[in-house]
Amino acid sequence: MGKAVRIAIAGEGGQGVQSFAQILTEAAVLEGKEALYIPNFGIEQRGGVSIAFVQIGDEQIGAPKFKTGDIVVALSDRAVRRGQMHVGPETIFVYDAGIEGIEADLPKNARKVLALPALETASRKLHPRVFNVLIMGAVIGATRVVTPEKAKEAIEKRLGYKFEKSPELRDLNFQALEEGINLVAGMEVA
Amino acid sequence: MNGEKPIEGERKVFMTGNEVVAWGALAAGAEIMYGYPITPQNEIMHYWARLGPKFGKRFLQTEDELSAGFTTIGGVLTGKRAFTATAGPGNVLMQEPLSMAEAMRIPTVVVIQQRGGPSTATVIYSQQEVTLTCFGGNGEGLRVVYATASHQELFDYTIKAFNTAWRYRFPAFILGDGYQAKMRESLVIYDPAARGIEMISPEPLVGKTGVPGTDREAAHLRNAFSVEEELLHALGDDIEEYERVAPEIIEYDAFNTTEADLLVVAHGVVFRSVAMAVRELVNQGERVGYFRPITLRPFPGTQLREAAQGAEQLLVVESAYGQLNKLVLENLYGSNVPVRTLFRPGVGITPEEVNEECRALLAGKEA
Amino acid sequence: MEILPKMPKSWNPASKPHKFCPGCGHGLVLKALGQAIDELGIQDRLVFGCDIGCSLLAWDFFNVDTVQTHHGRTTPVMVGIKRARPELVTVAYMGDGGGYAIGSQHLVNAATRNDIITCILVNNTNYAMTGGQMAPTTIPGQKTETTPYGRDVAEAGYPMLGPEMVATISHEGAYVARGSVAKFRQLKGYLKKALENQMAGRGFSFIEALSTCPTNWRTNAEQTWAFVEETMPKYFPLGELKFPGGKEE
Repeated sequence: MGKAVRIAIAGEGGQGVQSFAQILTEAAVLEGKEALYIPNFGIEQRGGVSIAFVQIGDEQIGAPKFKTGDIVVALSDRAVRRGQMHVGPETIFVYDAGIEGIEADLPKNARKVLALPALETASRKLHPRVFNVLIMGAVIGATRVVTPEKAKEAIEKRLGYKFEKSPELRDLNFQALEEGINLVAGMEVA
Repeated sequence: MNGEKPIEGERKVFMTGNEVVAWGALAAGAEIMYGYPITPQNEIMHYWARLGPKFGKRFLQTEDELSAGFTTIGGVLTGKRAFTATAGPGNVLMQEPLSMAEAMRIPTVVVIQQRGGPSTATVIYSQQEVTLTCFGGNGEGLRVVYATASHQELFDYTIKAFNTAWRYRFPAFILGDGYQAKMRESLVIYDPAARGIEMISPEPLVGKTGVPGTDREAAHLRNAFSVEEELLHALGDDIEEYERVAPEIIEYDAFNTTEADLLVVAHGVVFRSVAMAVRELVNQGERVGYFRPITLRPFPGTQLREAAQGAEQLLVVESAYGQLNKLVLENLYGSNVPVRTLFRPGVGITPEEVNEECRALLAGKEA
Repeated sequence: MEILPKMPKSWNPASKPHKFCPGCGHGLVLKALGQAIDELGIQDRLVFGCDIGCSLLAWDFFNVDTVQTHHGRTTPVMVGIKRARPELVTVAYMGDGGGYAIGSQHLVNAATRNDIITCILVNNTNYAMTGGQMAPTTIPGQKTETTPYGRDVAEAGYPMLGPEMVATISHEGAYVARGSVAKFRQLKGYLKKALENQMAGRGFSFIEALSTCPTNWRTNAEQTWAFVEETMPKYFPLGELKFPGGKEE
């Protein structure tokens, strides 16, 4: 039975964690796959680490949340610490290489720990605001959980209203996606 | 009023459960929602308030859940499909109006998105409102409670709840939870007519045409009685009718029960984990099956007893400390099959946990 | 031959004689309301809701569609009806306990939302059906079952001034008045205006009716009348407190 791919994405409010998850699952649905995404939510509306639980597979997804992810993505220092609880021996742990002061907090039990120069690449080549899309590209590149085409379609669906006003944003997002995919192309990840 | 249908034909969508409920109510032809904010049901109101006016629908934000329940009753009395939604402490307050709806056979529809309990607890998730939703109020639980497990079911049963309520005149509930409320998954939304589903026409219980006392009898609706015998008579009729129609209302799902040494019982979103775990174990040659009550009220007791007949043991799995289990035990009275439990009050249960528990039980030891 | 007084047409003859105690003011309030309904010709459009407490005894009082609700909850039921079917005329009929204590949040919010309904609140200074306990309207020094030595304001506070509160919090279209069963024609006039205000779709209408409860007051006819006619208005002044648009038409 084809198990669903489980991806936990953790970051600070405003880092686009939830839109990352939404675009990824939308793309999977466009692909004809089963997808489930649930944000963590508590009493406070702002301020905590935001986590999105994403599952993509061929059959209906079981429980909405999971303990251990196949991929755990951390976008901030706090997210590195918070994300650890979802790491197991099979987990690929992905974080931004630019996050400082977390060397001691990186998971010891993961299958692989990947530091991606996402923010640096985004800032240098594109714009820091698309760094989450770049990481999404890396996750897609590493897992092939959705195709880049459907990811673009999902980005269009979700952000199309913004692109209408500023068409250059479309290219920026699509390029970030490609950059992310390229970033892991040379790496042995999956 | 706008004659345009909210959904033409059918279409595949990917959305949150709260949005699904709003679309389900629109598709069912609900005309007014009354509600009070409480997490995790808020977006039902948000989507309804946003979508409704496009189709001539109304919304009233009330001062509390007592008012949300009683205004819903008012709306229903006028012969409109009216509904409300709540959770947790709101569900506690909601029981007062719903006990009146139960007493007076007012076909209210209420969506419950269970959150952690007791008290304020969490806004996130639980299955701890089973007893409250099935038996809340100072009454006998003459209600219909559908426990959904997926977005498709949230949509299907929201539509069905309106029909069940208006057909049988017992309050109908959708028992969801915070996970179902907040998660996104895909489903097909549709116009009931396109699926051949006929919506039962509501009829006014007050505000009927004609002058009362001249053209027709006045409606004199009450829930208070002077003497015990009067109550027994009225309630006796309701209980008898409830028992009579229960077999038509009862729904359940069962798998591999005749081949199962271990029968796993679960409802709602936890059933998803159970179904996954059980199917995986069966594929690996294990003698396991599952039983899932879809209606928690009325409960599929006969069907459960039948399913449990060949089993050597039962495992009840729920995100509560034995609320489903009480229903199971009550309905298994007289059977001597041992009942094991996996209780996780207020937290989710994964297929892995169910799998592990099943393996331990099959190996003859408790995990 | 027995001569019966003429009943309002909207009354339900089958439920008469009514179930209120001898000397109770409810019959007078409901007579005034019945006449107002008749004069406005709205028997076919009126939905009457009654609360718990003695008001529940009115559940079959009229030949109008009636729903008896829970303690304090008649206001939201009538709000729900009105919101779903604005063409109906809804009357929420309650006592002082139902309106000012257990259901006060509904009264306050219906008034501030300017719900187009009519609330009639019967003030008899006690919880009568439960055996004569202190109500929000019990006057200082008044003896009840729960204030056997008289209402001590230091301990139990002051009587609730409902119409004054509603007049303050309600909006431009509201009509608010306090009448008394001791001034029947005035009371009927207020009730009629309140219904007309609703029918015109202007806003919330609220009438408090000072009423009698000889059973729990333990008063004879003379004392009863003296209490409602002389004592009560000292605390609860009669009159109109708010007109739609701020002035009488």
